[in-house]
Amino acid sequence: MPILTYRDALTEALREEMERDPDVFLMGEEVAEYDGAYKVSRGLLDTFGDKRVVDTPITELGFAGLGVGAAMAGLRPIIEFMTFNFALLAIDQIVNNAAKISYMSGGQFRVPIVFRGPSGGALQLAGQHSQTFDSWYANVPGLKVVAPATPADAKGLLKTSIRDNNPVIFLEGEMLYNTKGEVPDGEHLVPLGKADVKREGSDVTIVCYAKSVAPALKAADTLQREAGISCEVIDIRTIRPLDTDTLIDSVRKTNRGVIVEEGWPYSGIGAQLVDTIQREAFDELDAPLLRVTGADVPMPYNKKLERAAKPNPQKVIDAVKQVTYTA
Amino acid sequence: MTQVQTYAGLDPARTDFYRQLLHRMLLIRRFEEKAGEAYALGQIGGFCHLYIGQEAVAVGAMAALRDDDYVTSSYREHGHALARGVSARAVMAELFGKATGCSKGKGGSMHLFDAERNFLGGHGIVGGQIPIAAGAAFAIKYRGGDQVSLCFFGEAAVNIGSFHETLNMASLWDLPAIFLVENNRYGMGTALERASAIDDIPARGASYGMAAEVVDGMDVLATYDAMQRAVERGRSQKLPTLLDVNTYRFVGHSMSDASHGTYRTLEEVEENKKNDPIGGLCGRLLDEQLLSHKDIEGIDTEAIAEVEDAVAFAESSPDPDPEELYTDIYYD
Repeated sequence: MPILTYRDALTEALREEMERDPDVFLMGEEVAEYDGAYKVSRGLLDTFGDKRVVDTPITELGFAGLGVGAAMAGLRPIIEFMTFNFALLAIDQIVNNAAKISYMSGGQFRVPIVFRGPSGGALQLAGQHSQTFDSWYANVPGLKVVAPATPADAKGLLKTSIRDNNPVIFLEGEMLYNTKGEVPDGEHLVPLGKADVKREGSDVTIVCYAKSVAPALKAADTLQREAGISCEVIDIRTIRPLDTDTLIDSVRKTNRGVIVEEGWPYSGIGAQLVDTIQREAFDELDAPLLRVTGADVPMPYNKKLERAAKPNPQKVIDAVKQVTYTA
Repeated sequence: MTQVQTYAGLDPARTDFYRQLLHRMLLIRRFEEKAGEAYALGQIGGFCHLYIGQEAVAVGAMAALRDDDYVTSSYREHGHALARGVSARAVMAELFGKATGCSKGKGGSMHLFDAERNFLGGHGIVGGQIPIAAGAAFAIKYRGGDQVSLCFFGEAAVNIGSFHETLNMASLWDLPAIFLVENNRYGMGTALERASAIDDIPARGASYGMAAEVVDGMDVLATYDAMQRAVERGRSQKLPTLLDVNTYRFVGHSMSDASHGTYRTLEEVEENKKNDPIGGLCGRLLDEQLLSHKDIEGIDTEAIAEVEDAVAFAESSPDPDPEELYTDIYYD
């Protein structure tokens, strides 16, 4: 199987879906001539031309809304945000229009659109360029929210998202673009709403997604090696819809859980997962569910402060030791 | 500044067309009067923004469109839906929140939709529909079609970001869109000149290199003519147009707002009512002896009957099934 970067896996998904369906087009700032601010659209302008790979003015609200209208008229837009920090300027179109039109129209109109781009903490980009808004979008009925952790999932989930008939928020890990992994050639589709058990274990369930998968796996390795604690690591892959069954099955086995996410703790994704797990598996729990999150602060610029604000393997290890009462 | 275009004369060969325009305007007027009554009776809930006084805009504009063109509108859109050909039954049932409404009772007054008629909805956030209309125009161009995409919004929307962002894109990319400003002078209770540093709306078009025209929106034929020029520009040259269509709302902003008081005087409202768009068309048809008083009465009676039938239909229609709460959130 070919080894690709997360970035190239996304490019492959875009290329394959644009070849497959002439109604698919890519629009956003710097996606065409510049090859994308993060080079995800590299080479697509040469292949598909400027009708289907469209550079926009810096006008997030405008082109997000234009995408919604194009989708209502039957096209399948892929709207790239240079980063999801800038998507805040477009959130009216995402929440009030993309997410609502199917329902408000009594199911007459569909809005098959993908809003994608880098998301989450970056490196020393400070308060406005290093944020995680996953829970904002996950809160809205009508949206699907996808956040791949690996190159293979990046490709498979993006292809599925482009074919979905609903608005999909596709959160790419800004710090994952250069990570490498095996990626199946050609038709590789990963369904939305299906978690991936990254590592089987019996003592604690660690739930994670996107950039938090790597520290979770690293922590699981260390815990097994140094403390003999066996962790099951589950990458949920899609935040909405959520694969509740896989989570609950795992907690039934381990009776303990730790949730790892990059975002802020207050009203975060982990808060939702804790709610789901305690409701569905209350009698199975032998310890409180704990969360490892980004710190409840605007992201600082200073390297040491920034490191302290993010989840890391040690924080996961500490949480696992707490829920196993081995701290 | 662009001159206001007025319509020159009537063509006897087109009497049927004038009759249709009159019928549509009367249908909207009678429909809205009835909607106001039903609101007062508690049969219609939420916000309800009536279109009385502005009928010539929707009817004149829509008469210049083909069935395969696209229409997008604001929350004051009962008249646009009716002028587009959505049945009075389906619109009234939607206002009543019934399963037989044009949005299955899930949208209400501000969110009328009709996919069959490419009616892309009533939208409740000021200016939110403007980029959507440009998106439909983008899709037309993408597919090499010759349709146009018409967008209605009020003059208060010309200060919101989406208006400027969309006009820039539409002009930059030569999209076949028509941005029709229904200039009824007041954004809720704030007069245009109290909200806009530049109240010359065509100048806003000029700043994006877009053709613009001022139109007498109390004259259905002038509106129709201006729209025809805009449609032609869209169909054959693939260029957008901004129309500043001057009109007047005879009623309050919404049902909870008096027609006059804090922001405009009774005298002003009464003065503008003398320029009633329906009375104006009737007067010309009578003057030129194309229709008689009896003809006009007949058309009005027909409109009243259609609206009464719509109310009876809405009243007797069922509420949506309880299961409908959880359908249509996602499209399969």
